[in-house]
Amino acid sequence: MAREKYIKMLLMACASLSFLAILLIFLFIFQESLPAITRIGIPNLFSAAWNPDKGQYGMLAFLIGTLLSTLGGLLIGAPLGIGTAVFLDQVAPSRMANVIRRGVELLAGIPSVVIGWFGLIILVPFIARITGSAGYGIAAASVVLAVMVLPTITALGAETLRSLPPELKEASVAMGATRWQTIRKVLLPAGKEGILVAVVLGMGRAIGETMAVQMVVGNSSQLTLNPFQPTGTLTSNLVTNMGEAVGNFRAALFAQALVLLILSMILIVSIRFITRKKEA
Amino acid sequence: MHENGYKFELEEMDLYYGDFKVLEDVNLEIKKCCITSIIGPSGCGKSSALRCLNRMNDLVDGARIEGSVVLDGEDIYDRNYSVVGLRKRVGMVFQKPNPFPKTIYDNVAFGPRLYGIRDRETLDGIVEESLKSAALFEEVKDKLRTSALALSGGQQQRLCIARVLAVQPEVILLDEPCSALDPIATQRIEDLLSDLKTRYTIVIVTHNMQQAARLSDYTAFFMIEEQGDPGKIVEYGDTNTIFTKPTDERTERYITGRFG
Ligand SMILES: Nc1ncnc2c1ncn2[C@@H]1O[C@H](COP(=O)(O)OP(=O)(O)OP(=O)(O)O)[C@@H](O)[C@H]1O
Ligand SMILES: [Mg+2]
Repeated sequence: MAREKYIKMLLMACASLSFLAILLIFLFIFQESLPAITRIGIPNLFSAAWNPDKGQYGMLAFLIGTLLSTLGGLLIGAPLGIGTAVFLDQVAPSRMANVIRRGVELLAGIPSVVIGWFGLIILVPFIARITGSAGYGIAAASVVLAVMVLPTITALGAETLRSLPPELKEASVAMGATRWQTIRKVLLPAGKEGILVAVVLGMGRAIGETMAVQMVVGNSSQLTLNPFQPTGTLTSNLVTNMGEAVGNFRAALFAQALVLLILSMILIVSIRFITRKKEA
Repeated sequence: MHENGYKFELEEMDLYYGDFKVLEDVNLEIKKCCITSIIGPSGCGKSSALRCLNRMNDLVDGARIEGSVVLDGEDIYDRNYSVVGLRKRVGMVFQKPNPFPKTIYDNVAFGPRLYGIRDRETLDGIVEESLKSAALFEEVKDKLRTSALALSGGQQQRLCIARVLAVQPEVILLDEPCSALDPIATQRIEDLLSDLKTRYTIVIVTHNMQQAARLSDYTAFFMIEEQGDPGKIVEYGDTNTIFTKPTDERTERYITGRFG
């Protein structure tokens, strides 16, 4: 009995410690970005002009860069990941599925800097050649992010499909549905919540990804909607500047970190919302 | 047209799952517009036999068939035979009700939509008609747009029957359709099947001897001799004979409940 109590206390301590750590990070970032809000002001912080030398701390270009590259990464990565998941679960013979599954797991284990490096030496020159641009920008970042979200979406998507009751597939096939019709009209709709969660988790990964994006996005502070023009993201801007920033500059970076944190929290809440709705 | 009164003719059919022989030398003629029941102890291959008739065994890795299964004069295991077409003609109701996680309406409209019917009014008509035939319409007519999963087990099973009826099949296969239902729901389904047999050929697997006796015109008794042996038909004939004066003593022992 005493031992059980010990273990319980130990687990409780672990849980409280992680909770405390998260709380502290949040409080710290909030506190450090407070000066930005009071001294720089919200209008300046969310403007399009980023010239720290001249006291302009607008993050709009980076915010747009983050949203666009995340969207682009999902636009490429989600269909690919869902397609792979369907292939793994419904089409591939089991031995082939195992090989692919291992491959995807391996992909998840590749450090992002390696993926970014591939982007830098292969993707960027390739985009430069076909578009005549410098090659850096949202397009390159999107492709790199697509590779990074692929394992998440594939693994969770395949898991979702695997957990569907086999009776559903049987019912559909027995009605005369082809394999493709069964996938499209029965399995994907039945698993849509789980697949949505997979995509949102992938999105979380894409929004926070730093290294690989920084290597291919071009790191300019230019606000642009052109996917082939160098720009920046919140993360790439943070990692580029955090070494040297002091004073208002530093506070402005913390404000960007706060925005990043809030974006991630919105995603987490939306996952809770999706899964809650399913249970209801 | 192939006219001998038989819908299905199975000749010397063997079924294997991989190396395992599940059924051996099955010979069975299933009469049109009759109810044929398949009975036998658990594991003797009743479900497997039923699944040969709409080729659901194709889903099982390593499933293989020998002999012939003929529907209206055509071998359904012929290389050129359309499986999708077969399953439109031969519908199936499963042991566990398995409605799709969609609305009641969309469940019934599933088949017609598969076959390309898009017109709203036509679909509305088919849905209403099928639900009526399945004796479910009155209970659900005000909630066609709600989830089918909110129905009771008995209602779900009738919905599954409606879903099959919606594509106007020629044959309906039922694998222990009442095993999860209470006596009242069972009664409703039995009444329903008796009504449907004027238009459909019905094959039903059941563990319930009374149900087989009450409901069916013909009965096939399957059995395995020893553990690991394939299942075989011990006796097949009209239900009355099987239940009142069976020729095989194993049949008699089974139907009187003395083994299996
Ligand atoms: N998908 C499958 N793969 C391999 N073997 C199977 C498969 N389905 C059934 N079997 C085997 O085939 C034999 C017959 O099974 P089947 O389900 O047809 O029996 P049944 O008569 O319907 O039994 P029950 O009355 O319990 O439903 C059993 O030995 C079973 O283990
Ligand atoms: Mg069975």
